[in-house]
Amino acid sequence: MITVRNLTKKFKNLVAVVKISFEVARGEVFAFLGPNGAGKTTTIKMLTTLLIPTSGEIRLNGYDPVTEQDAVRRSFGIVFQDPSLDNQLTAYENMDIHAVLYKVPRSGRKARIEDLLRLVQLWERRNDKVEKFSGGMKRRLEIARGLLHHPAILFLDEPTLGLDPQTRNLIWEHVKELNRSEGVTVFLTTQLMEEAERMTDKIAIIDHGRIAAQGSPQELKEQTKTTSLEQAFLALTGSTIREEEAGSGDRLRAWLAMRRGGR
Amino acid sequence: MEAIYILWMRQLKRYFRSKSRIVGALGQPLLFLLALGYGFGSVFRAAGQGNYIQFLVPGVIAMTVLFTSVFNGMEIIWDKQFGFLKETLVAPVPRFVIMIGRTLGGATVAVFQGLVVLGLSFLVGFRTPHLLGIPMAIGFMFLLSLVFAALGTAIASVLEDMQGFQLSMNLIVQPLFFLSGALFPLKGLPTVLHYVTAVNPLSYGVDALRSALIDMSHFGMATDLVVLGAGAVVFTVIGGRLFGKIQA
Repeated sequence: MITVRNLTKKFKNLVAVVKISFEVARGEVFAFLGPNGAGKTTTIKMLTTLLIPTSGEIRLNGYDPVTEQDAVRRSFGIVFQDPSLDNQLTAYENMDIHAVLYKVPRSGRKARIEDLLRLVQLWERRNDKVEKFSGGMKRRLEIARGLLHHPAILFLDEPTLGLDPQTRNLIWEHVKELNRSEGVTVFLTTQLMEEAERMTDKIAIIDHGRIAAQGSPQELKEQTKTTSLEQAFLALTGSTIREEEAGSGDRLRAWLAMRRGGR
Repeated sequence: MEAIYILWMRQLKRYFRSKSRIVGALGQPLLFLLALGYGFGSVFRAAGQGNYIQFLVPGVIAMTVLFTSVFNGMEIIWDKQFGFLKETLVAPVPRFVIMIGRTLGGATVAVFQGLVVLGLSFLVGFRTPHLLGIPMAIGFMFLLSLVFAALGTAIASVLEDMQGFQLSMNLIVQPLFFLSGALFPLKGLPTVLHYVTAVNPLSYGVDALRSALIDMSHFGMATDLVVLGAGAVVFTVIGGRLFGKIQA
């Protein structure tokens, strides 16, 4: 379903990803783990046509994200690390825009939106502005939206970041359920090792832009002679703390806070 | 086609749901109309140029259209930072289509805002000699707003944050407005100012609105139409190119 060969991405003054290779099979739940700034999001952006690789090869659902953008874009749904909903619109309107952009046939559109909103338990709130939603509700809405066009692959970039354990469990249950019922291949990143251990068939650990290890959670534990994935992760990536450049969302929030304070 | 429609619709929904934006955007035009319109009225008349309110209203409408349509770029930055832009950038829709939907939406909002100012100007004594001028003015407002909505898109596509956008807007939009003939007649200007106003696309928008609304033209309506049409095409192409290059 996803094949990556010697993928490299260089920015002006840093090399984010260096010659990584991995494979994700159809119907698999695959976790991409790594410390902050290891290159996870950069890799997802390259897989999803948002960034052009410096070198290397990607096949996603059989297509090349550089030369066959539209085919690739129809193949996946994505929940970004930062929310990507329109807060001024309602849950239903956000779904509807997505349905139009992905050319979901008009005849089945309403029913599909209703099914998914019911699945993530947001149908009753469909006509509320997203602005009023909690973080967990927004995430659930984004997952529902990502599935609207029956994608072959669902990308989840830290979908449970900042959520309480109840909401996290709910979200993972949904993801498992979707993986079973729709057969969707799941590519996820998370910082929570027990989630990864519980959820995934296969894991790749990335550090400093390179793949440090890959295999099933069991294999990684055996390989590092540890008893939990967390220990395996630390054994593979060390315990120094990484500094990461602030994302644009953080910068905006900082700016807004500054403006508010300045008045 | 449906993608253009839904993105156009989105802009309108966002606009009409933001009451503060509608009201806030009317403050400046009103201030200009009242303070300048009445303040300079007697000087203008004494100089033999007639009624200043009549002269000023098309200029203030053009200003409103300019500011509102350029704000379209601000919305792109906003969407960039709040994430919705990514949703459209990974969609299997050509970037150009997305840019067109957004630009048309921004332009429609700007025309609406211009019409509100036109409505208000009737309250402060503005009169148009023939009602046919109004639909013509709407057409020109739309062309003008396309030019600047596309310009806003172009600038927003290459910038990352709000501060940068606001700064470049102040550097571009304020001079465009003050050097457009919105506030003063273009006849008999010093040489430098003459050339500056002649290359400013907004001058042709102001002039077009003046010829539609008060039968007064400096360049001639046909010239205005050609310049604005060409401007809309050129800026849409440039804006489309730059928007297509955005990497997230």
